[in-house]
Amino acid sequence: MSAQGLKKGRLAGIVGNHEAEILANWVGEQTAVKGRRGASLNESELRAQCEAFLRAFRESLNGAASTDVESNEWRAVRGMLDELSRARAAKGFSSSEMAFFVMSLKRPLFGLLREIGGDAQSLADTTWEATEILDRMALFTTEVYQKAREEIIARQQEEMLELSTPVVTLWKGILALPMIGTLDSARTQTMMESLLQTILDTGSSIAIIDITGVPTVDTLTAQHLLKTVTAARLMGAECILSGIRPQIAQTIVHLGLDLGGMITKASLADAFAVALERTGRTIVRVRTGPGRESTATAIGMDPPA
Amino acid sequence: MERIPILRMGPFLLVTIQVDLHDRLVVTFQDDLTEQISRTGARGVLIDISALDMVDSFMGRMIANIAGMSRILDAETVVVGMRPAVAITLVELGLALPGVRTALDVEKGMELLRASRGLRLGKEEDGDLED
Repeated sequence: MSAQGLKKGRLAGIVGNHEAEILANWVGEQTAVKGRRGASLNESELRAQCEAFLRAFRESLNGAASTDVESNEWRAVRGMLDELSRARAAKGFSSSEMAFFVMSLKRPLFGLLREIGGDAQSLADTTWEATEILDRMALFTTEVYQKAREEIIARQQEEMLELSTPVVTLWKGILALPMIGTLDSARTQTMMESLLQTILDTGSSIAIIDITGVPTVDTLTAQHLLKTVTAARLMGAECILSGIRPQIAQTIVHLGLDLGGMITKASLADAFAVALERTGRTIVRVRTGPGRESTATAIGMDPPA
Repeated sequence: MERIPILRMGPFLLVTIQVDLHDRLVVTFQDDLTEQISRTGARGVLIDISALDMVDSFMGRMIANIAGMSRILDAETVVVGMRPAVAITLVELGLALPGVRTALDVEKGMELLRASRGLRLGKEEDGDLED
C-alpha cells in the first residue's frame, strides 16, 4: 500500500504541474465529440466544469491513500460528480455521454504520462492507477445518473397518479370523474376513494364517470368500475357511465360483462343532461338570436328554475 | 341492557346505529323494529349508519336482513350516511345490499321515502300512524 501511495504522489505531481495543459486537451477532446453529437452545453460552461473538476481531482489525489473512489478522501470529487450528473440528467444527456465526461480525461492524461516517460515499470503503474480511478469515477457518475433518472420517473409516476384522478363538480350535486389512461388496481383504488370522499364532502347525489380517455376495457377494468358504482350506490349516490366508444361497447358485450345496474351514455353531454333531469333541473336557452343586448351575460347564468 | 333507540318521525321510523351490532343486540333490535313497524304501520324505515366507521360481513348481512323484514311488513328501508370506507368494505365483501335503497343523509333519505310514498314534500302527515 505504501508503494502505491508513493506512486500516487507521482500522479498527483504530474496533474498538479500540468493542470492547464490537461485542461485544454480535455476540453478539446470533449468539444470534438460534442460537436458531432450536438449536445446542448456551451464551451465556457464546459470549461468551467472541467476546471472545477480537475482542481477537486488534484486536491483529492494529493490527500488520497487509495484508489478507492468510494472512500472519504474522494468526497469532494464525488460531490462534484454527483451534482454534475444530476444536472446533466435533468438536461437530457445520455448516460454514456455522462461517463464520457470522465473517460475523456484518459487520453490527455495518458499522453502526458507518456511524454514525461520514466522507466516502464513506474509508467505502467501510474497508468494503471489513473485508469482505475477514472473508471471508478465513470461508474460512479453512471450510477448517480441512473439514480437521478429513476427519481424523476418515480416522481412523474406519482404525479400521474394524482393528475389522472381529479373529481370535478359540474353543478351543485353533480360530480364528474374524467378518467384517462389504463385502469389498474392501484389507480382504481385511488380513484374510488377520492370519488367517494368527494361525494361525502359535497353531498352530491349523482356522479358521472367518463371513460373517454380509457383506451381499453377488460374484465378487470369493468369489475373495478362496477365496484366503484356499487360503493357509490351504497352511499346513496347514483353513477352514470359515459364516454363509451363503439369499440368498447362491442368489447363489453363480447366479454359478456353485465353493466345492467348502471346508467350508460355515449357522451358526457348526454350523461350531464340525465344528471340535470334527475336533480330536477333543465337547460333553457335564454337568448334566441344574436344582436340582443345582453347575450354575453347569459353565459354562465344559473338556469331559471 | 343496551338498546338501539327507534324514533318516530311522521309516517316513518328513524334508527341511528352508533354502536357495534353484536348478536344479542341485533336480535333485540330486530324484535323492536318489527314490533314497532307492525304496531304503528310505518311506511318507511330510515337507518342512519353515519356513525359507523367499520363493518364486517355480519353487520352487512344484518342490515340486509333488517331491510328484508321491513319490506315484508310494507315499510321501505333506506340506509343513509354510509361512509366511503364502509361502502368499499361492503363491496369487497360482495355485499352489495340489493333491494336496499340508499341516500347520502337523513334529509335526502326522508325526501326519497316521501317521494316514493307519493307524499308531498314538506307536508307532515302525522295522522298517518296509528297508536
